[in-house]
Amino acid sequence: MTSFLEKVAGKNRTSSANRAKERLHLVLVHDRTDLSPEDLRSLKDRLIAVISDYVQIDAGQTEIQIETDGREQTLIANIPLKSPRSRH
Amino acid sequence: MNGKVVTITSGKGGVGKTTTTANLGIALASTGDKVVCIDSDIGLRNLDVVMGLENRIVYDLVDAIEGRCRTSQAMIRDKQFETLFLIPAAQTRDKNAVSPSDMVRLCDALREELDWILIDSPAGIERGFRNALAPSDEVLVVTNPEVSAVRDADRIIGLVEAEEKGPAKLIINRINPGMVKRGDMLSADDVVELLAVKLIGIVPEDEAVLVSTNHGSPVVLNEKSRAGQAFADIAKRLKGETVPWMDLDEKDGFFNRIGKMISGGS
Ligand SMILES: Nc1ncnc2c1ncn2[C@@H]1O[C@H](COP(=O)(O)OP(=O)(O)O)[C@@H](O)[C@H]1O
Ligand SMILES: [Mg+2]
Repeated sequence: MTSFLEKVAGKNRTSSANRAKERLHLVLVHDRTDLSPEDLRSLKDRLIAVISDYVQIDAGQTEIQIETDGREQTLIANIPLKSPRSRH
Repeated sequence: MNGKVVTITSGKGGVGKTTTTANLGIALASTGDKVVCIDSDIGLRNLDVVMGLENRIVYDLVDAIEGRCRTSQAMIRDKQFETLFLIPAAQTRDKNAVSPSDMVRLCDALREELDWILIDSPAGIERGFRNALAPSDEVLVVTNPEVSAVRDADRIIGLVEAEEKGPAKLIINRINPGMVKRGDMLSADDVVELLAVKLIGIVPEDEAVLVSTNHGSPVVLNEKSRAGQAFADIAKRLKGETVPWMDLDEKDGFFNRIGKMISGGS
């Protein structure tokens, strides 16, 4: 039975359970990989530096994130290259 | 006989491992299976009082391992079920009195005589946990729908996998359906999604658990208890049966009660 009152008083996007779930998701990713958000930032900076030795990249658009699939984590890097034309 | 060793563990303490072990022991023995429950929480003996067998202890786990008694002498027979036994933890020793290979040797001998060897693991990820995990064929991880218990469960599930004892199966204990409905408690689906493991049981929060523990008579013996029913279902799933998930909303929550009052239900 779902009553009107139940809907009004019921779940919404900012419920404490949703907060718990979001927070746990982040904590578990970092527990499983042993990578802190700080580690991830410095990894990104060093990756940008190394790749820039070989090819021009758009550092501002570069993204690094950890994706979760079941209990497996994958490090995903999205590194847009600058086209040769913009070189001088 | 070729008994199965099932380890009940958790990471965080106080989530319901001992309660689960006692109830699964009874539920399995009530079908005629031969079962031994081992309390491996050395120094913090607990399973004996939950099973109501504290007055019958003569020898304990460490006595059996160190050869001061035969294994059968350390097995206390249950008051009600002929095929249920308890091997109590030593109370005055520390967890280093037992090693993982001691547990493997003991359980290999027990496998010959019994259908099920249930090991109640201590909390934590140290020696006591390693002891409980070493002989295991199947690992049940107990958690509560609460951030720190879920986080610790994740850690344990990872360690179980690393030791090649996985995949662990999950028991979510102390779900309060009213709070889940209000959005103030993680739902079973949320927890399963976060931990990405197979679920084997959802046990509701139930006052009958404490009452039955007061009597030393586990809640699965109480046919009216929802938690008791949930533990009985887990035992069936362990035996390979397919059991539908219990409707947790039934008999619960303010709105349901009102609904039932209006429609004249009980
Ligand atoms: N489903 C439940 N409903 C209510 N109380 C519970 C439930 N499960 C466990 N408890 C209570 O929680 C406490 C801790 O349980 P216990 O089995 O000793 O946990 P652990 O062995 O993991 O430390 C006990 O007081 C027990 O009675
Ligand atoms: Mg315990």
